[in-house]
Amino acid sequence: MNTALQLAALTMVAAVGLGVVLTRDPLRQAVVVSFFGMLLGVLFFVFQAPDVALSEIVVGAVAAPLMILLALAKVRGGAE
Amino acid sequence: MSRQARTMLFLVGAVGLGVLVLWAYAGLPDFGHYKGPYGDILNAVSVPERNITDVVTAVNFDYRGFDTLGEEFILFAAVIGVAILLRAQRDEEEREATEFAFGRSAPRTSDAVRVVAITLVGPTVVTGLYIVAHGHLTPGGGFQGGVVLATALVLVYLAGEYVFLRRTAPLSLVEVCEAIGGGGFAVIGLAGLVAGLAYMENVFPLGEVGRLNSAGTVPLINLSVGLEVAAGFVLILVEFLEQTLMVRLKERT
Repeated sequence: MNTALQLAALTMVAAVGLGVVLTRDPLRQAVVVSFFGMLLGVLFFVFQAPDVALSEIVVGAVAAPLMILLALAKVRGGAE
Repeated sequence: MSRQARTMLFLVGAVGLGVLVLWAYAGLPDFGHYKGPYGDILNAVSVPERNITDVVTAVNFDYRGFDTLGEEFILFAAVIGVAILLRAQRDEEEREATEFAFGRSAPRTSDAVRVVAITLVGPTVVTGLYIVAHGHLTPGGGFQGGVVLATALVLVYLAGEYVFLRRTAPLSLVEVCEAIGGGGFAVIGLAGLVAGLAYMENVFPLGEVGRLNSAGTVPLINLSVGLEVAAGFVLILVEFLEQTLMVRLKERT
């Protein structure tokens, strides 16, 4: 059961990681990378590292995409 | 170099790297059978020695507390760097921003977003405080809890106006929290020196296993880190928002 969960988590992370690279529009990429962070959190949790999972979720799924969005807003606001 | 030669060079490099990676993987311990002694040792000693039930926190804030102090100041330096970088540009447009910000309405915030955001602010603050306070008992700690606390303020921004965020978290207060949080960690470490032991030595009473007020200096350090991280993230957020909103405001006029 545990191995199956771990395999599923690894596969999802690999697939969505590829998805992040293949998403070319930075705005959409920010959303996809947030989902990727969430999945990484699940992966760490399944591998019995809840501390790291919590850090990964708050940083990877919330803080980092937020910074990307704000930076994009700033860059685009200046360019228009 | 011609295109063909470059492709050949890439193929040789890729195959070489592939072989080396596979070779390295073959030398790794089997999945789930790491032989290093430290994990087992720490699992065995962290409860009897320090009354800490979350071993990761025991490593981060006690056994290797000095390393974490360095990491803490990496974040501190990054926040200061962002603040200084953005502030230099802000000065030029400061006047316009304050004039227009107060009369600004938020036409694109839907009621659904507002209701959800307002409803989530309270639970988010409580969750953040819980994670900070229970760092030495359950997974989590100052860093994770601090970021959760900062997201509560993001929700305030989502629910209302940027002005509300400024009222809930005045920049000067956030800066003071950031400084107290960052300095607090270093100062708590001094307690060890005062007691005549090593810097960052856990000298406070360890209390009872599983209680909130146990584990000596660790909960205090977690509190200080939580304050620093929350304030740091809010500071970055406010600086970014100030920049973004101001450019927009300038265009509208």
